[in-house]
Amino acid sequence: MSAIVVYVDQLDAPGKLSTTTAQLLTLARSAGDPVAVVAGAVTPELLAELGAQGVSRVLASEQAELGQFLVAPKADLVAQAAAAVSASAVLVENSAAGKEIAARVGVALNAGVITDAVSVTHDGGTLLAHKSVLAGSWTVEARATSAVAVISVKAHSVEASAAAQASSPDVETIEVAFAPASLGARVVSRTPRAASGRPELEDARIVVAGGRGVDGDFTPIEELADVLGAAVGASRAATDAGWISHASQVGQTGKKVSPQLYISVGISGAIQQKAGMQTSKLIVAVNKDSESPIFEIADFGIVGDLFQVLPQAVEEIKKRRA
Amino acid sequence: MTQRTAVENSALNIVVLVKYVPDAQFDRHLTGDAHRLDRNESILSELDEYALEAALALTDARGGAKGGNTVTALTLGPAAAAAAVKKSLQIGATQGLHVSDDALAGSDASATSLALAAAIQSLGQVDLVITGMASTDGETSIIPAQLAARLDLPQITFASALDVTGTTVTARRDGDDFSEEIQATLPALVSVTDQANEPRYPNFKGIIAAKKKKVTTVSLAELGVAADAVGHAGSLTQVTAAAERPARTAGTIITDSGDAGIQLVDFLAAQKLI
Repeated sequence: MSAIVVYVDQLDAPGKLSTTTAQLLTLARSAGDPVAVVAGAVTPELLAELGAQGVSRVLASEQAELGQFLVAPKADLVAQAAAAVSASAVLVENSAAGKEIAARVGVALNAGVITDAVSVTHDGGTLLAHKSVLAGSWTVEARATSAVAVISVKAHSVEASAAAQASSPDVETIEVAFAPASLGARVVSRTPRAASGRPELEDARIVVAGGRGVDGDFTPIEELADVLGAAVGASRAATDAGWISHASQVGQTGKKVSPQLYISVGISGAIQQKAGMQTSKLIVAVNKDSESPIFEIADFGIVGDLFQVLPQAVEEIKKRRA
Repeated sequence: MTQRTAVENSALNIVVLVKYVPDAQFDRHLTGDAHRLDRNESILSELDEYALEAALALTDARGGAKGGNTVTALTLGPAAAAAAVKKSLQIGATQGLHVSDDALAGSDASATSLALAAAIQSLGQVDLVITGMASTDGETSIIPAQLAARLDLPQITFASALDVTGTTVTARRDGDDFSEEIQATLPALVSVTDQANEPRYPNFKGIIAAKKKKVTTVSLAELGVAADAVGHAGSLTQVTAAAERPARTAGTIITDSGDAGIQLVDFLAAQKLI
């Protein structure tokens, strides 16, 4: 079986395997021989988790440059490790950084790059990536025609599971030769952003999003999100107005989400907003204006005042759970 | 692209990538056996306007075109794509470069970044390459990183603020967990988000002035790029199937008469979501 490289980041959240990386390893195992390429330290706990995933080889580098210069040095690591194990595919998570690593690995290995895959299947030895395009209005199947395929895969494209037989790989240290330009963009300062304690937008099962209609007050949105264990999202109108961080924006220029349930509150549903959420399984809309385009795609729509409807729903949920 | 030894606030040569994309306000379709995008009803990609504005703001601060600064609007695509360059010139770019060649049709990101890299190299000394955060058609956002890798330039992607002092470019990136300040020495490549600025619109004076600005159209041969390195032959990915998703249809719509919150909870309970 040919080697399928999975990139494992241990720089920002070291010590354990992220859920999305475990999903990638599960996927790699189903299609070939999973090889973990780790940026950062391989702790005994991490190595045990990689073993539980049936990883056959672990290639790792702790070179300081990996954490100091954005994604380019990480891409150098992945490309050089993939070449060393003659990988037939490289899988990375579909974050902004993951996609850029994929992009640069593609150039380094002269490999086809497919981003935003929602599922990956295989036809013999060839990986087929499935994705939605044109703001979710079309779905396509794509494949790389090169010797190596580089695919960035969205979270939850596969459920993570342990291998039938655990492995006990050794850690092989790899010495990366960084390209000069890879070390050209320096991080001169880094300010942590306040953590909300809520789920990440792209990982959440439920998203409650507010728009212009909240008129500066996200409290009802946050209260409903908290009682549902949901992430909080926003339209561009709300982030542009400064009511909530830009990191919460859902839409063409923000996050693309595809949760089980998307509750759109006080958002008219312009095309740019729809682009970020219309692949959600269920859509609920609350808006004062019955003419809002969001009602054209909502499974359940309420024409009403969000400041009445949301607190009533929150109280009702609490009552039923009591 | 040669290393420069610029003095403080000297003139800048900036290349801005501009793409002619189908207008997202209309239905967009894939068409034909190769599942290519139907490019009728196209416009300058909205996200490229932020890249253009970033370039114009940097060069305006140094005396604009009169100060020897250049902002080259670069596009790649069929004859109609020249409209993206034309609009960029009306907004304020100083010159245009249009890579036009039948062999480009069907190029994936890899082939596109290869041709774009050759076009940028043909311009001689370039201090900055500025792009939008993504195109509004492919939306992959991988071209900036591929271009930086091919041109051997430092890359700063998703900048929400941008400044150049002397030969140092400084940018802010707002991620989910961190806000970062990044620096690189020119020449460099930067992609900017829609938070970076407020794009300006073409005015009457700009529209008149654009008529006198130079647009160079080049073929692949003129750039030294082999026809089979791009297009279908040179692409490393292939779309093997495509289907239009059934349009979402409206479900139940109610008007609140005092108990809509409770009905909402009933709906969520029926869907086993609470």
